[in-house]
Amino acid sequence: MAPLIEVRGLRFKYEDGTAALNGVDFQLEAGETVALFGPNGSGKTTFVLHLNGLLTGEGTVQVCGLPVNRKTIPQLRRKVGIVFQDSDTQLFMPTVLEDVAFGLLNLGIEHAAALSRAHAALETVGMARTASRAPYHLSAGEKKRVAIAGIIAMEPEILVLDEPTANLDPPGQRSLAELIAHLPQAKILVTHDIGFAQALCHRAVFFQDGVIAAGGTVEEVVSRLDWDFSVERSKFRP
Amino acid sequence: MHQAVVERWSRGNSLLHRRDPRAKIGALVVFLVALATAHRGLAFTAAGLLILLACGFIWARVPLAGAMARAGLVLPFAIVFALISWAAGDPGRAVALVIKSYLSAFAVLLVVSTTPLPVLLRGLEMTGTPQFVLLVAQFLYRYLFVIGREAEQMSRAAAARGASARKWIAASGPFRAAAGALAALFARSYARAEHIHRAMLARCFQGHFQTAQNLRFCRSDAVFVLAASLIPLAVRIAAERALPWPR
Repeated sequence: MAPLIEVRGLRFKYEDGTAALNGVDFQLEAGETVALFGPNGSGKTTFVLHLNGLLTGEGTVQVCGLPVNRKTIPQLRRKVGIVFQDSDTQLFMPTVLEDVAFGLLNLGIEHAAALSRAHAALETVGMARTASRAPYHLSAGEKKRVAIAGIIAMEPEILVLDEPTANLDPPGQRSLAELIAHLPQAKILVTHDIGFAQALCHRAVFFQDGVIAAGGTVEEVVSRLDWDFSVERSKFRP
Repeated sequence: MHQAVVERWSRGNSLLHRRDPRAKIGALVVFLVALATAHRGLAFTAAGLLILLACGFIWARVPLAGAMARAGLVLPFAIVFALISWAAGDPGRAVALVIKSYLSAFAVLLVVSTTPLPVLLRGLEMTGTPQFVLLVAQFLYRYLFVIGREAEQMSRAAAARGASARKWIAASGPFRAAAGALAALFARSYARAEHIHRAMLARCFQGHFQTAQNLRFCRSDAVFVLAASLIPLAVRIAAERALPWPR
């Protein structure tokens, strides 16, 4: 069976000349959950932004058998749902329900059906009670759940979560882990949280200087890392 | 933030809130034309229209004092142009400029505070407003929150390190410091706006805002637009008739 995501030799430079990706090879199989580890600035977020065409670099990226290019971008954005690190950037509509329905309406789904699916997604993440509230009045954990609802309402095949535990307290992290574990999609988790990854991921890859420097089970990758947060650099130990 | 308060007001459930946005837009246009073209008996006309708008706010259960204060945001700009007119020897025009600007802002605020923005934009779209204008309006509104929040965070961070407006003014280079802070504010806002736009694209945004509500223009909306258009016209005619024509 063909992998859901297949990336070969992906390279990307930002406009200021910073080389963020220097030849990334990656695969994601159906039903798999993979953690992306790596220090800040190692290219993890830049990489995931290539998966639905928000950034385009050199190399080949195939998602669900489709090459990422201008023509396929609308289809790819249905297939790959990205939950961004800062929920505030994702929640911008006046009410929670409208925000969750935003993507569905963009897909051309009829209003009543869009609202019904948005309600169902809010039920799934346990946030139905907040449907009529303004997103900026929610707590960090609630915002994260609503942001996830906005993505799963679109029924993507692949879910990408960028630093999902950022700004969450330990109970919030635990309940988020339970929620993510029950979502049926294949998932990519960009995270620094080893415990979170161990609880959810089948395997992990380690980004360093724009390439994947190591891969394996979460335990294997973690055991080979000299994880030093005090200098914000994680050195891969060969 | 002002826009957050107005956003909250717009989510009310009065009869005025429930009117179709096209009815409110139509009535607003008539109101603005009646006001803009009023010359004779402007004081009476303005007083009548002010009372009319105040009744509108009370009917919509929107706090009148707060709305009057917010409509005053337009005054600094109006007063600048009024002073120019005054200096040019036309004090009558200067006063008219201030009165008309304030009442126009008050009327627009009544519509905005009784209509959620996505619904208002949908109404404007259905009345033929160019898509580009609507897009700019929607982004402008969204990014006001962004700039407001960034400014709030920067001011909090500065206060945490002992900064205050008084110290800034007393400092030797207040303009330099203020310019630096403004530059930082806009750079931060720009970066955040980019992230928001990226998040919108990720959810299939294609340059066209959809609203979750279907609009329906019913008979009560037609009655409303007729009444809300005729009353300001009647106020103006009555005010003009109360005064003799100048000879």
